[in-house]
Amino acid sequence: MTLTVLAVDDSRTIRDMLRLALTDAGFTLHLAEDGMHGLEVLAGIEPDAIISDINMPRLDGFGFIEAVRGQERHRATPILVLTTESAPELKARARNAGATGWIVKPFDPPKLVKALHMVAG
Amino acid sequence: MTEDRLTSELELLSFRLAEQEYSVDIMSVREIRGWTRATPLPHSPHYMRGVINLRGTVLPVIDLASRLGMPPVEGDARNVIIVVQSEGQSVGLLVDAVSDILALPRDQLQPPPEISADAAAGFIQALTIVEGRMIRVLDLSSVLPGYRTDAA
Amino acid sequence: MAQPLDPMAEIRASFFVECEELLEALQDAMAAISDMLDQGTQPDGETINVAFRAVHSIKGGAGAFGLTALVAYAHRFETVLDELRAGRMVLEPEGMKLIFAAADILADQVRLANADPTASPEGAEDALRAIEGLTGGLPAPEPEPEPADFTPLGLSFDFGPPDEPGPTAWRLRFTPSDALYKSGNEPLHLLRALAALGPIEVRCDVSRLQPLDRLDPIAAQIGWDIRLETGSTRDEILSVFDFVEDVAEIELSEVSGDPGPGSPPPEPPPEIVVPPEPAAPLPAPVAADPHPPAATAAAAPRAEAKPDAHPAEGAGATVRVDLDRIDRLVNLVGELVINQAMLAQSVSEAGLGANSAVMSGLEAFMMLTRDIQDSVMMIRAQPVKPLFQRMARIVREASGAVGKEVRLRTEGEGTEVDKTVIERLADPLTHMIRNAVDHGLERPDKRLERGKSREGIITLSAQHRSGRVVIEVSDDGGGINRPRVREIAEQKGLIPPEAQLSDGEIDNLLFLPGFSTASEVSALSGRGVGMDVVKQAIQALGGRISIVSEPGQGTCFSISLPLTLAVLDGMVVKVAGETLVIPLSAIVETATLSAGDIRMLGPESSVIHIRGGFVPLYDLGAELGYREPRASYAGCIVLLTAQDDGSRAALVVEEIMEQRQVVIKGLQQGYGNIPGVAAATILGDGKIALILDPGDLVQNATGRTRLPDFALTG
Repeated sequence: MTLTVLAVDDSRTIRDMLRLALTDAGFTLHLAEDGMHGLEVLAGIEPDAIISDINMPRLDGFGFIEAVRGQERHRATPILVLTTESAPELKARARNAGATGWIVKPFDPPKLVKALHMVAG
Repeated sequence: MTEDRLTSELELLSFRLAEQEYSVDIMSVREIRGWTRATPLPHSPHYMRGVINLRGTVLPVIDLASRLGMPPVEGDARNVIIVVQSEGQSVGLLVDAVSDILALPRDQLQPPPEISADAAAGFIQALTIVEGRMIRVLDLSSVLPGYRTDAA
Repeated sequence: MAQPLDPMAEIRASFFVECEELLEALQDAMAAISDMLDQGTQPDGETINVAFRAVHSIKGGAGAFGLTALVAYAHRFETVLDELRAGRMVLEPEGMKLIFAAADILADQVRLANADPTASPEGAEDALRAIEGLTGGLPAPEPEPEPADFTPLGLSFDFGPPDEPGPTAWRLRFTPSDALYKSGNEPLHLLRALAALGPIEVRCDVSRLQPLDRLDPIAAQIGWDIRLETGSTRDEILSVFDFVEDVAEIELSEVSGDPGPGSPPPEPPPEIVVPPEPAAPLPAPVAADPHPPAATAAAAPRAEAKPDAHPAEGAGATVRVDLDRIDRLVNLVGELVINQAMLAQSVSEAGLGANSAVMSGLEAFMMLTRDIQDSVMMIRAQPVKPLFQRMARIVREASGAVGKEVRLRTEGEGTEVDKTVIERLADPLTHMIRNAVDHGLERPDKRLERGKSREGIITLSAQHRSGRVVIEVSDDGGGINRPRVREIAEQKGLIPPEAQLSDGEIDNLLFLPGFSTASEVSALSGRGVGMDVVKQAIQALGGRISIVSEPGQGTCFSISLPLTLAVLDGMVVKVAGETLVIPLSAIVETATLSAGDIRMLGPESSVIHIRGGFVPLYDLGAELGYREPRASYAGCIVLLTAQDDGSRAALVVEEIMEQRQVVIKGLQQGYGNIPGVAAATILGDGKIALILDPGDLVQNATGRTRLPDFALTG
């Protein structure tokens, strides 16, 4: 069964790498460029998991996750945060916003895939 | 075709220039055209006939006889332009007429004589005899403009 | 010819392209911040955020490709910007300069990283220390982000106690809290992940489960007792719970066979095998929504309405194309235009009526070809903005080096110019800007004396004007020191001592080879690269450069370039039986000469009297070596051309044939540069016509319009 993932990151390079890593691993991937765009794309799909960057224009990761969690159907959708640091405050803040887990950039594709399976099955 | 390069054979296109026979490696020949009047380039060397339109490209034409230090071909409808390519440049060589295509074993080529009163000597790469006629093999890179600044 | 690229290599190449975009965004943000500071306000949060994100994204991508030097630099820079956006740092204009400098070095670091991932550009450490100093002495930078390659889980054969003959038994108690579920974690997946490590027994502890009539389905009420046999290490087992360690209780202990003394006997909970379906779908339909829509509303105001954000849909979907392919396309389209012109000519010569179906079909064809040509030409066009930003950096560095205060103003950054032209403009523009900073602008105190602002202004502008691109570099400095220029030119023997020169002509002496006013060898431009090199570079692009200067007020260089390098509007003329093309943009007017117009100038040259002034006469046929000068030019047709310095020339032609657009064909370099000849084109009749460069021709001309006297008179 193919898992569907929505990934939101303002860096084209990161989006390219996510696409490469996840489609290789058999995921169906949807991409968005910032939090607002992410919400728009989300409206039309039913992802099994969401990956989101923190620093983005228009609507950053925290705002995006809060907005996603605010939607009834996505109360428990797994959301992984993409972060360049593993600082505890950042994790706590992500957790408070409703994040399920985190991936540190630069990400290691097998780790990312494993993390997705850990939260999405 | 390519095996010939590795073996000892060379294919030459031979042509007539001022009562003598010359030739070039066929691998450098792009096409052969009838004579067309060339547009002269101002202040150019005496052997530069000018430029002609080769299917939309501007092709320089060299009067080969003049280039080799002999009286110029001048050019009229009886003459022929051999379009050659060497070192990324395309050039047309204006000659009297094309003779033949020869296939020769490489070991039949002799080096040109060291000392020669022949003005064309510096442009000759090798000599060979075919059916009793002496054929001069042209060193294309020496003929093309930019290779030498001639004093002659 | 193109092989399929390794996808990571392609992404890497794309990353560097993205870096250029990010650097541009960074420059924009910094310029905006600088403006705000100049107006006395502190920069606003979102603009700072834009700058921060640009550097952050560069760092993120760089990490993926192991560009360690770039990651390190970007990390420190980003940290400073973070302080700024968090409001922990107040920025002054002086500090802004340091940040600009650090950003310039970041650009260098990006370009260097492509070639050598571990190298740092000169000045990197200093630039970083300088901006770190602004934050009040930062402590040692935060630890580097985790490296990408660590040992994946599951490789357990190297671990585990060496003496252990087999796997260890572990006992694990896992009790999620409410927050675990709220965060979207699912215990089932975690249990499955554990099961993947080895044989497992799971018992669900439902002892805390509320009775159904009081059940709160959201609350965490279930825990699990797990017995696992695995060769994995403790850490590996715990890593399954990486995402939930803060929202669950996890107790892990090794089991040595039996429960062991002192540990309480395990409760006998009912054995419930973990079902394949999720364990928590309890039926109560709960109306209470713990995340009311207010949360979404709260998120909305945070959405930034900044117009600089990407539009939602695939913003400017792009395709990366090999430049070679584009050039080939441009060439083919050029030949299409030529062949179509030849076809039109043949058709008209075949006597088909002007209104015939063939002719009108051909006209439609011609318009279509023109459209294709225009579109293809514009593929290679790019905005000049990155070039202008580069010049901004030159201004910063140059002004710093000579102790002047200079600001660069730009206009028309969005103007699009052929890519090759942009690349080849970089060096000439750099030189002109440095000259303006170095020689054009006065020192601050001198400027104040003259009633000017302390800060000198250099204006760089680009615009499309009548089919060409006009780029101007002007300064509000002291203008050209004409007496000095004249003096130097005389000293160098470039002009005879008594020569009468207009102001414009003196200014143009700057373009002569061998001219240089760098008698004070300044730090920057006194290297002997004169304006003549700049002029040649512009001319090689098919352009012209002119200069206007006002003493005490400033100097303006104006560069006019063709919109594309491949097509030209020309006047087709006949000279001595040869067909030539003269660029229309160079022609001011045409005239027919009467004997009275022609005056002798020197022993061999002539001028014509036209519109109250005198214009030197050049016989094109003679200049190009086609024939000797004529006996008389009465009745001849002349083209009046304008040089960039405003001076004019009259070129004698035999016949004017038509005006048309021609495709420029380069002449191969083998013959060197033919003076006066810019390129060639192929006309409708298939013949080649040379394209002249009137300015170049006049410069190299002999001016011979008369045979020597003894040939004329007895």
